Amino acid sequence: MNQSSLGNITTLAKRELKGYFASPVAYVFIVIFLLLVGFFTFMLGNAPFFKLGQASLDSFFKWHPWVFLFLVPAIGMRVWSEERRLGTIELLLTMPITAWQAIVGKFLASWAFLLLTLICTFPIIMTVNYLGKPDNGVIFGAYVGSFLMAGSYLAISCMTSAITRNQVISFILSCVICFLLILCGYPPVTEFLTTLGVSQSLIETIASLSFMTHFDAFQKGILDFRDLVFFFSVIGFSLFTTGVILRSHRAG
Amino acid sequence: MIKVQKLRKEFGPKVAVNSLSFEVERGEVLGFLGPNGAGKSTSMRMITGFIPPTDGKVFVGGFDMIENPIPAKRLIGYLPENAPSYNDMTVHGFLSFCAEIRGLRGEDLKKAVHRVVEMCFLENVLYQSIDTLSKGYRHRTCLAQSIIHDPEVLILDEPTDGLDPNQKHEVRQLIKRMGEKKAIIFSTHILEEVEAVCSRAMIIDRGEIVANGTPDELKAKADRAGVVTLIVGGVAGSVVMEKLGQVAAARKSAVVKEESSRVVIRIYPKTQCINGELAHQISDLATREKWRVEELHTEEGRLDEFFRSITLPDTKSEETK
Repeated sequence: MNQSSLGNITTLAKRELKGYFASPVAYVFIVIFLLLVGFFTFMLGNAPFFKLGQASLDSFFKWHPWVFLFLVPAIGMRVWSEERRLGTIELLLTMPITAWQAIVGKFLASWAFLLLTLICTFPIIMTVNYLGKPDNGVIFGAYVGSFLMAGSYLAISCMTSAITRNQVISFILSCVICFLLILCGYPPVTEFLTTLGVSQSLIETIASLSFMTHFDAFQKGILDFRDLVFFFSVIGFSLFTTGVILRSHRAG
Repeated sequence: MIKVQKLRKEFGPKVAVNSLSFEVERGEVLGFLGPNGAGKSTSMRMITGFIPPTDGKVFVGGFDMIENPIPAKRLIGYLPENAPSYNDMTVHGFLSFCAEIRGLRGEDLKKAVHRVVEMCFLENVLYQSIDTLSKGYRHRTCLAQSIIHDPEVLILDEPTDGLDPNQKHEVRQLIKRMGEKKAIIFSTHILEEVEAVCSRAMIIDRGEIVANGTPDELKAKADRAGVVTLIVGGVAGSVVMEKLGQVAAARKSAVVKEESSRVVIRIYPKTQCINGELAHQISDLATREKWRVEELHTEEGRLDEFFRSITLPDTKSEETK
């Protein structure tokens, strides 16, 4: 990557990120995310935060895949469909930049925004540290996992938003894809598959495609190279597909 | 500067642009004319590298748009149809972004933004969000974006669409001024614009070039070009008609209107010419006959007439969006 492509990506990402804060989208998103995650953490489940009786954030992180499932596509759905709807894609792609610089720049901006949202949950770290002595390494690992998972959801949403200029369709498509990728590793589902007599190796293969399987390891504080590879492959593949879709639209 | 060779674009079974070839040099303003769906926008999108052609080549400043798009795109300023821009940004923010992506930084960027803001009269709305602007301002914001890097090549898709008559005039003057140093292609539906701005005009119909020449050359091809209108007072139409039979350059003549005091006659030339020969002969005749001539003039021919005569009135071939 040379200097100018890095410069182009930064310029694009800066514009995109500013765009979030120029409209109420950013603020609404952050507030809703914090409210939902807070509500789930303290109120729902077998072991909500206070009843758990442990200085850990398990009850916090276990809801992330589900909250992201609806909120990340809401961020990602406009990335390309908005460009196509407004016609600005014609401006963007006739500028002296490559399509992949545009794709990466826009993706990184939205991902940075999701990082910011995650950072806004910092009071819960302070709370748990005040109440007890949690393993902050595990918490850090879980945050990394959560961030990577959000990135994967986002890359998939970027891809679906390149498919259509209708944001609603884009939103629903990415929700469904992400939901399937959660489900295929969700214990109740894998157990159900076992009762159907599906062979164990096939179930494991399917489960290894799931966000859940890989996020679990992070939640336990394990930073496994294979899990990192998984999330980065999902991101890489989705962004590559986005490029193919955008090109095929232009080829007519 | 711009060289287009056998450009072709198919959308499924439909051929949008078929074997388009032309060149535009620095100092030329080429007007793209054609009915809706003729392939003007598609051609422009291929020249700017937005969509890849099915076949054929585009060279901008010697760079192949397909093989080497980045240096080619650097030379181009482009105003797409409907002048899109990022609605959530301010005019200043948008122009700064466009300048930055064009590689301008620091002082250069500020100067460039200042220059185009002045050229396109955007001072009053500089810090307003683009979605609050009127269509005219939005259009000029996008136009400003296209000239922010002072490009050598300008591609403008309907640059005066949606502007009021004063703004249209300003934009035309701007294009004409810039056309002295740049290679410009612009499309329009307004034929008078072609006469006012272009050094060359090209009419496209169903993806093919059907006429190519200076506006004067094209006008001369119109049916009515060279027709002489004569208004004489105090003589009966039939008398005038009879005498006109002796005029060598006239093919035929017809009485358009006859009133008690005067008669309006239209005389068609034998060969399509607008050199004034027919008018001279009629003028000589009128002097000999001592007619009281109220008016005698040669039609220059009109572009819209020529346009209508060579583009087929077919609305089936609507552009696919």
